[in-house]
Amino acid sequence: MAETGTTLVKRGMAEMQKGGVIMDVANVEQAKVAEASGAVAVMALERVPSDIRAAGGVARMSDPAMIEAIMAAVSIPVMAKARIGHIAEARILEAIGVDYIDESEVLTPADDKYHIDKRDYQVPFVCGCRDLGEALRRIAEGASMLRTKGEPGTGNIVEAVRHMEKVNEDIAHVHAADDNQLVTLARDFRVPLDLLRDVHETGKLPVVNFAAGGVATPADAALMMNLGADGIFVGSGIFKSDNPEKFAKAIVTATAHPTDYALIAEASKNLGAPMRGIELSTLTDDQKMSQRGI
Amino acid sequence: MVIGVLALQGAVSEHVAMLQKLGAATQELREPQDLTGLDGIVLPGGESTTMRKLLERVDMLAPLRAQIKAGLPVFGTCAGMVLLAQPESLNALPATVQRNGFGRQKESFEADLTVTGFDTPYHGVFIRAPYYSAVEAPVTVLATVNDDRIVAARYQHLLVTAFHPELTADPRFHQLFLEMVAGK
Repeated sequence: MAETGTTLVKRGMAEMQKGGVIMDVANVEQAKVAEASGAVAVMALERVPSDIRAAGGVARMSDPAMIEAIMAAVSIPVMAKARIGHIAEARILEAIGVDYIDESEVLTPADDKYHIDKRDYQVPFVCGCRDLGEALRRIAEGASMLRTKGEPGTGNIVEAVRHMEKVNEDIAHVHAADDNQLVTLARDFRVPLDLLRDVHETGKLPVVNFAAGGVATPADAALMMNLGADGIFVGSGIFKSDNPEKFAKAIVTATAHPTDYALIAEASKNLGAPMRGIELSTLTDDQKMSQRGI
Repeated sequence: MVIGVLALQGAVSEHVAMLQKLGAATQELREPQDLTGLDGIVLPGGESTTMRKLLERVDMLAPLRAQIKAGLPVFGTCAGMVLLAQPESLNALPATVQRNGFGRQKESFEADLTVTGFDTPYHGVFIRAPYYSAVEAPVTVLATVNDDRIVAARYQHLLVTAFHPELTADPRFHQLFLEMVAGK
């Protein structure tokens, strides 16, 4: 008897993406550029985070017709975003048959209290996290893959670095803790004890954790891989740069060979201007997407 | 015995862990220079298009193809099974491959398989998996799904599975591969 939608096939799908780059694309043409550059998947969304920032207003799930057109155009997996807590958007994306749903703080949250109960969907979910507490809460809700939140649409890597380091420090702390501290740690992290115990025993997360939110250059991708990211999401970075094709290829190369600096140097030559970027201190708290859905 | 694991993208660490558990030494393969002193190679699961492009980008596709042609044993899982059969990739196994043959992620599944040579069923994990729709005569079919979709096969020094033995605790396919390497 074949069984679909199991924890193993959902988490396993993310394992197969390791060492790869998942690129935000806004149309079929961009999706084809992403595939040709060596992306392991594309994220179909009408506006990349930097445009969402610029446009303001409410950001929602993309047009299903646009997502389906991209699914028809490329053979690599296609992901799409649903608003935090928006069960109907997630079910619509599942009905279309996207390969992964990103319950994403890049879109305007639909529920300021609860995330989606992701356990009984056939399609796996990826969610953002800033620390181990957020990571394990999302896993408890059924997420099969994690990514740092970073600060989307800024082209500024500092928040993604902060979030990756924080998750890793938290894991090291829990791994080194005594058994008798776990109940209290579970309370402090606001996470289920069984998930915390699992991290205590294995010293790692039970799902992969990619870097996202501010990756703008091949060197940024290599930096995140060296900090322990399993792979990279690039949002605004590629198609807001001067030469998207070259840029996309260079980021894929840097992610696959994160310590081969001569190779990354070669790939980084004459890429033209990357996206302009935003200094984080100029953003107010309510302009920070990473504060959503904790 | 040294087994190289192609480490450009995909489920590399799982294969490395399984091989080491079975007593093999492993070497991760990232550039052409890594393709020396190997007794066998594992091509892991991942995205086959990405792996092919990365192989080309570091000038590894041609040397890898040459070593396989010269008789180096290879175990390809999922994407690896695709690469071995595609004429534009490794062109080493005479089969017609259907990429993502079982459909998209929501059709990904687990199922017990009857495998030629195994006493008990093997639990296969299929993720956007391919299958071979046809193979040429000297290829031995080891397992099928729905009778006609070939999901495990052996051909000379090559072993392929459409599913992911590296995601389970069952070492039988890795053992079989190491026996093939030892008996070469």
